[in-house]
Amino acid sequence: MEFLRPTSLAEALEAKSANPDAVPIAGGTDVMVELNFDHRRPAALLDLNRVGELAEWSVTATGTRLGAGVPYTRIIAELGDRLPGLAMASRTVGSPQIRNRGTVGGNLGASSPAGDTHPVLLATDAVVEVASVRGVREIPIGEFYRGVKRNALEPDELITAIHLPEGGGPQQFSKVGTRNAMVIAVCSFGVALHPADNRVGAGIGSAGPTPIRAVDAERFAAEELSWDSPKPLTDAVARRFGELVAAAATPIDDVRGTAAYRRHALSVLARRTLTWAWKDYARCA
Amino acid sequence: MRLNVTVNGEARQADDVWEGESLLYVLRERLGLPGSKNACEQGECGSCTVYLDGTPVCSCLVAAGQAEGCEVRTVEGLAEGDQLDRVQQSFVDAGAVQCGFCTPGLVVAAHDLLKRVPNPSDPEIREALAGNLCRCTGYEKILDAVRLAATR
Repeated sequence: MEFLRPTSLAEALEAKSANPDAVPIAGGTDVMVELNFDHRRPAALLDLNRVGELAEWSVTATGTRLGAGVPYTRIIAELGDRLPGLAMASRTVGSPQIRNRGTVGGNLGASSPAGDTHPVLLATDAVVEVASVRGVREIPIGEFYRGVKRNALEPDELITAIHLPEGGGPQQFSKVGTRNAMVIAVCSFGVALHPADNRVGAGIGSAGPTPIRAVDAERFAAEELSWDSPKPLTDAVARRFGELVAAAATPIDDVRGTAAYRRHALSVLARRTLTWAWKDYARCA
Repeated sequence: MRLNVTVNGEARQADDVWEGESLLYVLRERLGLPGSKNACEQGECGSCTVYLDGTPVCSCLVAAGQAEGCEVRTVEGLAEGDQLDRVQQSFVDAGAVQCGFCTPGLVVAAHDLLKRVPNPSDPEIREALAGNLCRCTGYEKILDAVRLAATR
């Protein structure tokens, strides 16, 4: 096995182009498990820890550009105000040790439907920036996930950043697991209010082959919510939103839970998170 | 490959390191530092927790090559000579060690917590130790040990 250790993004892209089979490794929290258990023997590992460009975030004209290699601990400490939903999801990742190493770039690269950040990325209209020696592409998050642990990356591409548009509205994330720490989601849900154009974003995790956007639920909530003069959310609207989220999921029975349980839990998570987000919105409006 | 890494303040070198092996394997099997324990090999148990450039990580999830040129501090590097670190001494005094397998990881995690938060609340202690499992389930005494260390 080769161990490639680029020290700049340009070098990393050259290395990936020359070794398209190389497996990128940042925090190692997914890749090393596969190596330790002999589930994977890649021809090469491409270590991204020395690529400084990946470990930075910045404010842009349209929002926040989050480098793919910024660990969760820093998102929680530095970005809770700008990216509240993503910070909430980051807090539920693994343990302190895992959050010190794991990255959103890694979550996207692994593309597990259970990845904790996906529901928020869907709800907040994230755009994935990927690069190769051929150039840079921006992939809307809804087009990124292509199947269980599959995504839209070409073999010579690396995930360089995640663009999160200026939200302006409240965001929430909730996850069901058997304990608070070290849990792979049984199911998870992220919601974001976009008051600039009276829209709601709703993303489902761990209840289908890919993370899923709950389009009908988004449309329903956008129409029902009283954006201009916020009134308390009625129980009927919150429940219908939950039903539509549950209907969008395509869960299976597995070791972590049954399909029926996941649908039920999602309807509860959706109802609660929309209620919390709307309360925040009404208080500030 | 050859790996150069500073461990507990000492420049160390390991040869014939396989590119896919973990920092934990290097520490235990190549550098003779068996303090960090190998249990789950998937970041679930925290028994292999070490400082990597000052940050606590599961050494089983760090590829050896990623540690090239880095500073590693293991549980062996906490004491000064025969003088135990306050966290280690508190684990002894509070009776927080049963089979002892989880102890090194918990000691490093607690050491990091007290560096960042000198007087942690109980929820802060629980959160900081959430990535460390004790199969003997001796958590109450472990919490006692961290509370005791915070007073020293």
